[in-house]
Amino acid sequence: MELLEALSAKFNYWIYVIIMMIGLYAMISKNNLVKKLIGMSIFQTAIILFYVSIGVKEGDTIPILYHDQVHPSHGDSHHGADTGHGEDHHPSHEEIVANLHIEPDDFANPLPHVLMLTAIVVGVATLGVGLALTQKIYRDFGSIEENEILESIKSAK
Amino acid sequence: MPSSITSFTPVLASLVSLLAVLPIVLLGKKPNLREGATFLAAFIKFGLVVSMLPTILAGSTIEFTVWEIVPNLAIAFRVDGLGMLFGLVASSLWIVTSLYSIGYMRGLKEHSQTRFFTFFAISLSATIGVAFAANLFTLYLFYEMLSLATYPLVTHHQDKEARTGGRTYLTYLLSTSIGFVLPALIFVYVKTGSSMEFSSSGFLSGHITASEALILLLLFTFGFAKSGLMPFHSWLPGAMVAPTPVSALLHAVAVVKVGVFCILRVFTGVFGTDYLQDLDIATVVAWIAAFTIVASSLIALTQDNLKRRLAFSTVGQLSYIILGAALLSDRAVTGSMTHIAMHAVGKITLFMCAGAIFVATGKKYISQMDGLGRKMPITFAAFSIGALSVIGLPPTGGLISKFYLVTGAMDAGQSALLVIFLISTILNAAYLLPIGYRAFFPKDPQLAKQPFSWKTTEEANWQCITPLSITAVLAIILFIKPQFLLQLAGLMVGANG
Amino acid sequence: MIDQSPAIILLAPFLLAILLALLGIKREWLCFPLVITGLAISVAASVITLMRVIDEGTIQYFFGGWEPPFGINLRVDGLNALVALAVSTVALLTAIYSKRAVPAETSDKVSQYYTLYLLSVTGLLGIVLTGDAFNLYVLIEISALTSYALIGMGSKRATLAAYKYLIMGTIGASFYLLGVGYLYIKTGSLNMYDIQEQIVANNLHGSPTILVAFILIMVGVWIKMAFFPLHAWLPNSYTFGPSTTSALLGPLVTKVMIYVMIRMILTVFSPEFAFDQLDWSNIVVWMSVIAILAASISALAQTSLQKMLAFLIIAEVGYMVGGVWLADEMGMVGSIYHIIADAFMTLCVFLFAGIIFTKTGRRDLSAMEGLFTKMPLTMVGFLVGAFSLIGIPPTAGFFSKWYLIQGGISSGHYEYVAALLISSLINAVLFFRIIEIAYFGAKPAEGHGHHHEEEHNGGPTEASFSMLFPLLITAALLLGIGLYNQEVVAIITDFVSQFNIGAIIL
Repeated sequence: MELLEALSAKFNYWIYVIIMMIGLYAMISKNNLVKKLIGMSIFQTAIILFYVSIGVKEGDTIPILYHDQVHPSHGDSHHGADTGHGEDHHPSHEEIVANLHIEPDDFANPLPHVLMLTAIVVGVATLGVGLALTQKIYRDFGSIEENEILESIKSAK
Repeated sequence: MPSSITSFTPVLASLVSLLAVLPIVLLGKKPNLREGATFLAAFIKFGLVVSMLPTILAGSTIEFTVWEIVPNLAIAFRVDGLGMLFGLVASSLWIVTSLYSIGYMRGLKEHSQTRFFTFFAISLSATIGVAFAANLFTLYLFYEMLSLATYPLVTHHQDKEARTGGRTYLTYLLSTSIGFVLPALIFVYVKTGSSMEFSSSGFLSGHITASEALILLLLFTFGFAKSGLMPFHSWLPGAMVAPTPVSALLHAVAVVKVGVFCILRVFTGVFGTDYLQDLDIATVVAWIAAFTIVASSLIALTQDNLKRRLAFSTVGQLSYIILGAALLSDRAVTGSMTHIAMHAVGKITLFMCAGAIFVATGKKYISQMDGLGRKMPITFAAFSIGALSVIGLPPTGGLISKFYLVTGAMDAGQSALLVIFLISTILNAAYLLPIGYRAFFPKDPQLAKQPFSWKTTEEANWQCITPLSITAVLAIILFIKPQFLLQLAGLMVGANG
Repeated sequence: MIDQSPAIILLAPFLLAILLALLGIKREWLCFPLVITGLAISVAASVITLMRVIDEGTIQYFFGGWEPPFGINLRVDGLNALVALAVSTVALLTAIYSKRAVPAETSDKVSQYYTLYLLSVTGLLGIVLTGDAFNLYVLIEISALTSYALIGMGSKRATLAAYKYLIMGTIGASFYLLGVGYLYIKTGSLNMYDIQEQIVANNLHGSPTILVAFILIMVGVWIKMAFFPLHAWLPNSYTFGPSTTSALLGPLVTKVMIYVMIRMILTVFSPEFAFDQLDWSNIVVWMSVIAILAASISALAQTSLQKMLAFLIIAEVGYMVGGVWLADEMGMVGSIYHIIADAFMTLCVFLFAGIIFTKTGRRDLSAMEGLFTKMPLTMVGFLVGAFSLIGIPPTAGFFSKWYLIQGGISSGHYEYVAALLISSLINAVLFFRIIEIAYFGAKPAEGHGHHHEEEHNGGPTEASFSMLFPLLITAALLLGIGLYNQEVVAIITDFVSQFNIGAIIL
């Protein structure tokens, strides 16, 4: 049972590991160069999933403050009436921060998610370069099957 | 404690031939001027070395630290008795060899003479650098420099034979110096943390265990493979593909003597004879040297190629010096230091004779030299004197050093090794004397009947004959006046107290 | 301006890359001067930064004024100031070399090539300077992506090699990224120094998560630095790519990744953790011994000059990994010194290989026939590089070996010492084989005599100035770094001594 608990409590890790291994398998054992690249994308996506999952908490929401949270006077009239200040008053930044009641546990951690934006870009770029290379290989060797390419190199010698 | 003087002279003495490279290369198209530069450098070098002699004989040392290159380790020069002795030998013989190589190279119309003289000069710089090195590190630097600078000389002919010879040469010298000496050097540095400066009492004592000491001693002894100690000797006969002046100066004097010089330094300056005596490990080296002496003499007997026979003779004679050092008695160490000079003079004569014979007649093999003495009387007279010196017979300097070595062996109480000295002396005589004898008194009665006349001689050109006559005479002078050599050697031994 | 020097190191090549991409396509003549300008500024900024580090100690540079752990910063200390200087200098020298090589080898893509070149250098410099673990990943990928393309611009086989490099490189970088993820889980920070502080403050050294992070990062970095047996991508990539690419990437990529390894061990995880707590040092040193020997022996089997050099790089990686993991202060100093020395040694021999390739169009060793008389100056440059790789004094290679062996002896790892010496000897064999061919000719000459003069006609002649100049400068630098090794080592020791590596084992 402990094992099952360990598995289920951290199921996100197990899933990313499985996906990653699928990708790694494709990268290593596939003969077709494009399939290898697909494997590479799966591999990278697994890592992205891992990062995304570590930022998530139970019952959380996206880390964006709604307008009424920041400017309660506009959204929540009775709260504004309590303050007793003039209507024209715009609270300073410090005041707003002091008045906010934000529980970090209510929000997903944005940082890993932002990082993954960069990682996705990197992944796409890698895939692009990989496909471009594959194209050039196809033009040079007339094939994208690794064993055929290696044979044509051998026979050219 | 002997006083020490700081002076730039030792550095200059080493550098002068390196600086000479520039004019030699620039004057490459004008052979006479180029050789002029070589001579000038040789004389300046000798002059610088001699200028330091009185100071050294008075019991002082001359020091100069150039550059601290690794923490606590500097490129530093120091001239003491042993260094002075070796420096004198190398620099004086360079003059003689320069003259000889001009005769030889021009006589045979060799190619790339500029390259030849350039690397010759560099080699001499390295040799003097070794002689005047103040610490193990500087010694190693110049030792490596010498290995590389001599490679183009050994392979000068650039043919197949030179290629093989050169390959053997570098393989042996680099693999031993990188494989054995370098780790030993760094080990010593790590263990002692000192500047590794040579001192008469050594600097290892107290820093290492006895078994480490034995390993270090063997690493150093075999690592300095220029000394031709078996089983790392086969580069020496292989290097005989070089033009004869190279064989003469480098493989009779500079390179091989650098090898034994380094070993002497290790015995006297790194370990210190007292420490070795306490550890009682030098006997191992002594027996390896003894084996080398006998084995190489036996091989020499079978060689028909004159240069190869001389090469194996060199291997044996070098081991005399190592053996002398390993005996650790004062007289033996004195003997082995003097033997550096005595053997150098004798062997360079023999090599130059071999070269002169080749220049004049094109003959390389001893079997072809029957009766040649009648055509080349001066050459063979010099040859015989050289042979006597190498064997250790009067009236030549070889007797002096051998006398010290033999009595040193008695002092050390090693009567078994005494027998080795005697056997090898007989063998030396057996492989050297017949050559001169046959040349003057040929077996072939036809040749023997020919009347001798100075008019029918066919000596090599004067540039070849003069130097070998000079060294032959020098061998006799060293018999009559060996005192200053003994005094220089005595400085080192005396310091051991 | 002086205050901005760390950023200028990075920005100069980056901005000029953009400029080049915009202007260069139509005006090919503009490319070379722009590249040289960018890199020269970068070198100057590196020199200034190094001077400042020597004077002031560690320099922090905050991008946009945001301070870590929130902002992104560059943090320059004795270690990376030196490495950055080496990287930018190597890049500049290679750029000078490329003047003729690039138009000859990639004729229709000169501006693209140079843009990628500058971006790649930016990436490498960024790796060295950044103080942020995630930025490090991005920069690794920037330099890697550009280098895939730089290699792929070469011959037919280069494309395939680049593809394989891409696959392996991505795996390596991804492992690194994963490792950083685990670190983030535990410490909540991406700033290298902050991570270290968090680990110490929360006493996380025993945590399995940190261990996993460490393993992942190390494996990732090892793949990227071609640590045997993870080296398969390297030889073909550096053999078949354009000669400028080999001369840029050969010296730099592996060395920069070694820097990353050292940075991770020393700054992020702390040496106590890596050497003491894990007790891996024996295993890794043995792995490096195997790496050194296997790569050296493979180098012996090669008939192509570039490939032989590529295997030497792998052997040198073994030197440095081993040196770091000796867990000895001297070993660490030696490894860092070797990063600098090896960058220039490798550059020297790769430039030579490039010159030979452009001159003769051949990669095999027999192309070197009779070169001593035909290209004397080139050979002088090559000899210095070769002697340095063998470890003959007074070149830089001798001293790096000196320190490494010293580390090996004082930490008692004699197997490492033996491996270093054997590899030196193998290098001697390798290079004297080339020297022999260049000196004697490929076939044994028949008889001796004057074949010398005859060879003068025909065959290659001395390389052009733009190729010879960087080669000779590199050779001079090798001698300089060797003779002045104390000065370099003083900076390194200053840096390393704060970690007390020697004391840990005791």
